[in-house]
Amino acid sequence: MEIIKKIQTRRGARLNIKGEAEKVFTKTPSSTTFALKPDDFFGSIPKLIKKEGEEVKAGEPVFYSKKTPQIKFVSPVSGVIEKIERGARRKIEKIIIKKTSSADAVIHDCKNWENLSQEELKALLLESGNWPLIQQRPYGTLAHPEDTPKAIFVSTFSTSPLSPDFDLILAKELSAFQEGINVLNKLVDQHVFLGIDATHPEMFSQIEAVQKYSIAGPHPAGNLSLHIQELAPLNMGERIWTVNPEDVANLGRFVQTGHYSPQRTVAVCGNAVENPKYLITKQGAELQPLLDEFEYLTSDNRIINGDVLTGSTSSKAGHLGFYNNQITVIPEGNDYRMLGWLPFKDNNILSLSNTSFSRLFKKNGFEVNTNLNGEERALVVTGEMEKVFPLDIYPMQLLKACMVEDIEKMEALGIYEVVPEDFGLIDYANTSKIEAQEIIRQGIELMINEVG
Amino acid sequence: MNALRKQLDALKKPFGKGQKFEKFAPAINAFDTFLFVPNHTTKKGAHIRDAVDLKRTMVTVIIALLPALIYGIYNTGYQYYIQTNTPFTFIDAFIHGAWKIVPMIIVSYVVGLSIEFGFAIYRGHEVNEGYLVTGLLIPMIMPVDIPLWMVGISTAFAVLIAKEAFGGTGMNILNPALTARAFAFFAYPTYMSGNKVWVSEASTVDGISGETILGSLAAGQDVKYSMMEMFQGAIPGSIAETSTLWVAVGALILILTGIGSWRIITGGILGAALMGMLFNLWGVNALMSFSWMNHLVVGGFAFGIVFMATDPVSAAQTNKGKWIYGILTGIFCIMIRVFNPAYPEGVMLAILLMNVFAPTIDHYVVNGNITKRKKRWTQAQNLKTA
Repeated sequence: MEIIKKIQTRRGARLNIKGEAEKVFTKTPSSTTFALKPDDFFGSIPKLIKKEGEEVKAGEPVFYSKKTPQIKFVSPVSGVIEKIERGARRKIEKIIIKKTSSADAVIHDCKNWENLSQEELKALLLESGNWPLIQQRPYGTLAHPEDTPKAIFVSTFSTSPLSPDFDLILAKELSAFQEGINVLNKLVDQHVFLGIDATHPEMFSQIEAVQKYSIAGPHPAGNLSLHIQELAPLNMGERIWTVNPEDVANLGRFVQTGHYSPQRTVAVCGNAVENPKYLITKQGAELQPLLDEFEYLTSDNRIINGDVLTGSTSSKAGHLGFYNNQITVIPEGNDYRMLGWLPFKDNNILSLSNTSFSRLFKKNGFEVNTNLNGEERALVVTGEMEKVFPLDIYPMQLLKACMVEDIEKMEALGIYEVVPEDFGLIDYANTSKIEAQEIIRQGIELMINEVG
Repeated sequence: MNALRKQLDALKKPFGKGQKFEKFAPAINAFDTFLFVPNHTTKKGAHIRDAVDLKRTMVTVIIALLPALIYGIYNTGYQYYIQTNTPFTFIDAFIHGAWKIVPMIIVSYVVGLSIEFGFAIYRGHEVNEGYLVTGLLIPMIMPVDIPLWMVGISTAFAVLIAKEAFGGTGMNILNPALTARAFAFFAYPTYMSGNKVWVSEASTVDGISGETILGSLAAGQDVKYSMMEMFQGAIPGSIAETSTLWVAVGALILILTGIGSWRIITGGILGAALMGMLFNLWGVNALMSFSWMNHLVVGGFAFGIVFMATDPVSAAQTNKGKWIYGILTGIFCIMIRVFNPAYPEGVMLAILLMNVFAPTIDHYVVNGNITKRKKRWTQAQNLKTA
């Protein structure tokens, strides 16, 4: 099938970081605990179904969403609820499930799923715990079951630093992937869009019933916000859904087998990892056994659930995020640099600014660490955000509108068209060390509370 | 390095959280962070950060200012010795200039930084580096013989009224350094204009004519300098603005490092050239027929457009806005010069005027984006109802 549009951007930056995962699968160690983290589902509040100590089958609901009780979150494995970790004000942070040897699983009847009506299919996906695989725009929250989206976007091309290669992840899953696309087609109003890498589009040439578009350019060219803007710009009141490519295959596998399929292919990468590789596990797997498969070049490391721009800080005792295809390990940077503010000093630090020669050196990748390289300051420099922001939105003006909580202005400046991850590079690049993603996240939370 | 670090950490102890001098932490941090980039790591958002920070940005601007400053110091001595017909060497001229100018720089930094530190402690935020540039700019754009106490008062006025009253760094509408100059210009006009202030000792030594080129043009006299002299800067004027050559070197540093906006600088030159050409065509008096190319190299135009108009806080913030802002600054600069002989130096007023209008320019540029979005919404709405 032909490519309907070629998206090409120049604004952005490819961060040349060492430690990309080699396209090889290492043997998967067996994790003993798995966790569901309500924070992975932005904007939803959990209501527990299971208590500590209760047994669960694979695919059996553990909690549901308070605002939309139809949305159920199911256990990826069969086992026992080992612990429910709570934070401040008894907020549920993590539900840890200890895997047992039993292979009990909830099985749904998916034969003839093609003949189900849209409502019946939605009910099936909700009941089986597949619904949280679908996220919506605006806001990047879970899709609302009563909506019918104008379009559904799936992108197999990621540009984030050290991003996993979805060609590799999906190579053996193409039939499940096609089935997943078929499922999505029953839910959508107009089209399912599939984004592919402009440099090698062959892999998905057999996939049908989608509108294919290709993407080329530096990060954040792979971010869905850009694709949506180019192909089906989001207007006030409209909904668009997005699904992670591996979850499309998971959806397909569910309708093929009737089992909830929580497969996660993970790239363990970062410049602290000695031989970064891929491995296959399940949603929410405990990180310790996965990380123990690798050797590390440094001892004081930060373990990031996701990529270096948008991921969340975790630890060895942590668990894989629900949507993550990537764990990044980089050294902590808690050391001092004498006179480090001098222009053109310390060119070993990756910099997009012309006050450093770094881009002239180290063609084979930079060692990065978590140092802030300065301190937070007032917003002074202008124009630098636009350089790394390909959307047709004024990023600094939107950030300022979010800071002063001016809802009308946020709407007008395009808050519906962005999610925090679009501001990842701005976090990285801005001189004043402004936490742009955090500001946008709070802005979106405000929108959800005030406008809905 | 480690020994020094340990000493510093020991020194900083009483300023730590919950300690006796906690309130004064911003003051000691300001010094500490000049020796060492701190060991702070990312807490939220992106886990890695660019090497650039505000200190590096501001220091780059200072480096860009140095060629013009050093030439300005030399030119101060040069003008004095050449007009008194005293034989002199490069070193003599430099020492004469430094003797006059270094105290001004010290006064500007001491007064300005004291206020900045005071506000940082009072408001409980870190000291912003912006003043490092402002504090150097203020003496660079003053006449050489202005009394030090006037430098001090102008500085205090600029920092308090133009900057802190608006909420501090990043919030000001007007460029603080130009505000200091404008304050001095209107409060002490006899020290800031006329034909007795632009060369060192011009008011006390009879043989010295302290008139600037634009001043003599406005008075209807002939200009006795060639364009090459104007470009090199061996002419009377405010301390560091005379040499277009060394300002251009600074401009190159700002543009290549990406710190100064090439859009504003190019726009400004285009605007001024265009306006100059129009006046050349009209040409009814000496100022109007003064070649547009000469307009670009005399007076503070080059210095203003490179170092003052590009101040990111008071300039337009959108890329399109920067073009408009730059071009209009250039146009107004030449217009004020030509139409108002009382203020032959138009660039100060032109930039301050455009500082005031910059938010309006941005408003209309951003509004273009908003209108486009709303139009799309209504179209989608119409499609649905149709």
